[in-house]
Amino acid sequence: MQIDDTIIERMEFLAKLCLSEEERERAGKEIEKILSYVEKLNELDTDGVEPLVHILPEENVFREDIVTNGDGRDAALSGAPLQRDGQYVVPKTV
Amino acid sequence: MELLQMQAEELSGKIKSGELGVWEAVSFYKERAALAEPETGAFLTLTEEAALKRRADEVQEGIKSGRYQGSLAGVPVAVKDNICTKGLRTSCASEMLENFVPAYDATVVERMQAAGMIVFGKTNLDEFAMGSTTETSALARTKNPWNVQHVPGGSSGGSCASVAAGEIPLALGTDTGGSIRKPAAYCGVTGFKPTYGRVSRYGMIAYASSLDQIGPVGRSVSDCAALYGIIAGNDPRDAVTSKEEVRIPRTALSDASEAVGRLKGMRIGVPKEYLGEGTQEEVRKAVWEAAALLARNGAVVEEISLPLTEYVISAYYIIACAEAGSNLARFDGVKYGYRAKEAEGLQEMYRRSRSEGFGEEVKRRILLGSFVLSAGYYDAYYLKALKAKRLIKEEFDRTFASFDCLLTPSASETAPEFGTSLPEPLRMYLSDIDTAGVNLAGLPAISIPCGFGGNGLPLGIQLIADRFCEETLFCVARAYEELRGALPAVWEREDAGKAGTRQESRGSRNEKDAGTAGMKKEERRECNAGRGKAV
Repeated sequence: MQIDDTIIERMEFLAKLCLSEEERERAGKEIEKILSYVEKLNELDTDGVEPLVHILPEENVFREDIVTNGDGRDAALSGAPLQRDGQYVVPKTV
Repeated sequence: MELLQMQAEELSGKIKSGELGVWEAVSFYKERAALAEPETGAFLTLTEEAALKRRADEVQEGIKSGRYQGSLAGVPVAVKDNICTKGLRTSCASEMLENFVPAYDATVVERMQAAGMIVFGKTNLDEFAMGSTTETSALARTKNPWNVQHVPGGSSGGSCASVAAGEIPLALGTDTGGSIRKPAAYCGVTGFKPTYGRVSRYGMIAYASSLDQIGPVGRSVSDCAALYGIIAGNDPRDAVTSKEEVRIPRTALSDASEAVGRLKGMRIGVPKEYLGEGTQEEVRKAVWEAAALLARNGAVVEEISLPLTEYVISAYYIIACAEAGSNLARFDGVKYGYRAKEAEGLQEMYRRSRSEGFGEEVKRRILLGSFVLSAGYYDAYYLKALKAKRLIKEEFDRTFASFDCLLTPSASETAPEFGTSLPEPLRMYLSDIDTAGVNLAGLPAISIPCGFGGNGLPLGIQLIADRFCEETLFCVARAYEELRGALPAVWEREDAGKAGTRQESRGSRNEKDAGTAGMKKEERRECNAGRGKAV
C-alpha cells in the first residue's frame, strides 16, 4: 500500500489534524511501513469467519431512565479552556 | 521494623494492630520518593502534603472506628496518570491534558478510598498510554531503577518504576497490549492484567476500549491479588464489567505450601511461538527453568503450538489504532485540555488544538486509525483484523480446553536503552508480541520477576489463564514465586555493593537527563527534542 499526499491529506481531514510538510513526509513513510507489515493478515483465510467485536457475550444493559448523577454542570465546565454564563465558548461558527 | 521490606498487606497489618501510624507509613514513603525521584522520575504529580496528611488522619480515624478493616487499609498507592483523580491533575502525560484536573474519581480510585487506601501521587506513562517504553511521555522521563540508561518499559513505566525503586508499595497501571506486564518485567516487579470486564474503566481515559484493562503493580503476587480484590467487580458505569463473582484464593495466597500443593496435576502449556527467533537466549532459558521448576513440583508441563501468534501484532495494532482514533476525537479544545490560540473558525481551532496538543506517536496512531476505518479500506484492514481476532481467540479457547495455564516470557529481551526504540516505531510495535494476544482474547495474565539477564536487568515470566480463571492464575503464580525464592530489590543490590549500575546512577543524578517533571516547558521541550512534534 503506497501512501501518497492525497491519502495523507484525507487522513488528516478525517482525524482533524494538520501536519507540516516534514511531518507529512515522515508520517507517510512510517505508516506505509506499518501497513505493509499488517498486510500479513492477508495470508489468513478468513472466508466465512464472523468479525469479533466484543470478547464477552453481548448483552445490552438496561436501566430506568432516572437521573442519578445530579447537576454537574459547573464541575464539567471547570476544565474548559473558555467558558461563559454556564456554557462553552467556541469560535464563531456561522 | 524495616518498613521498606514490608509488603503492602503486612504494612496494613502493622497499621491495623496499632504498631505503626498511617502518617508514619505515608511519611516514610514520602521520604523514599523524595530521595529516589530525582533519579527515577516515576511521578508526574505528588499529592500535596496538607491533603496527604488530612487523608492519613482520616484513614487513621477510620481504622480506629472499624470503618476500614480491609487487607490494604492504611496503604499508600500510586495511580497511573490516565486514571481520573478528583482534584488531582490527570495529564495522560500529554500537553493536551497538561492542566486537566478531573471533577470526579474513577471507580477504581473510589474503591481504593473506600478500602482505606491513600492516593500518594500520579505516575508517568507513554502519552495516552501509547508506547512500550514510557519515552513518548510529553512531560517527564522515567528511568529504569536498575539502570538509569535503560527505559522502564511502558506504558505503565512510572507505576512499575516507582514500585521497583521502593517509592511506593503498590500502584495501579493500565494494560491495552502489555502496558502493565512489559514494564513490570523490565523493572523486576509483579504486574497483573485482569480478565477483560473484571475491573471498571469508568474514569480511565480510554485508549482502545475493547482491550483496555486496569490492574495492580506490586512487589508480590499476594499484594497484587489483594488490590485486585478491592478494585474488581461489576460497575454500572462501565457496561462491560461482569457480574460474575470475583474469586481470590486467599488461603493459597497466604499459605504458599497450599499454593505449591495445588500445582499437582496442573496442566501448563509453553507455546513455542513465544520463544522464537526474536527472543533472547537468556529469556528462553529463564522460561524453561521456570517450566522445569513447576514440573518438578507436580505440574504437567508441555510444549505446545499457537500458530496464529504471528498475526497477533497486525490484528492488535489495526484494532487499537482504530479505537484510539475514535476515543481521542473528544479532545477538540472545547470541553477540556489544550486549545490553540487565535485559531480562525471552529474547524481550524479543532485541527490546530489537536495538532499542537498531541505528540508524534499519538498522531501516528490516530492517522492510522482514521485510515483503517475509512471508506475503501475498512474491509481490507479493520474488518480483516476483527476476523483474525476471532481466530486468535478461538485458538486460545481450544488451548484452554486442555490446559489450565500458559507460561511465556513477558518480554523477549531485557529493558532496551533510551533512544533505541522510538526511531523505529514498527520494531517497537513488534516487541509487544508476548503480551498483545492476551488483550485480543480478553485473558487474565500476570508478569512475575524470574531473575536477571547478563546485563543485570530484570527478566520476567508471564502466566496466562482462561477468561475469569484468575483463581488458577494466582495459585500458579504464588506457587512459582515461592519456589523461585526471594530476589534482591534495587536497594538491596545497592546495599550489597554489587550493582554494576550504581556508578552510572550517581553520575546522572544531577545531570541534564534527570527527571524533567520540575522543569519549565521550554527546557522540557529541549530535553525531549528527539521526540519533536513531527509525525
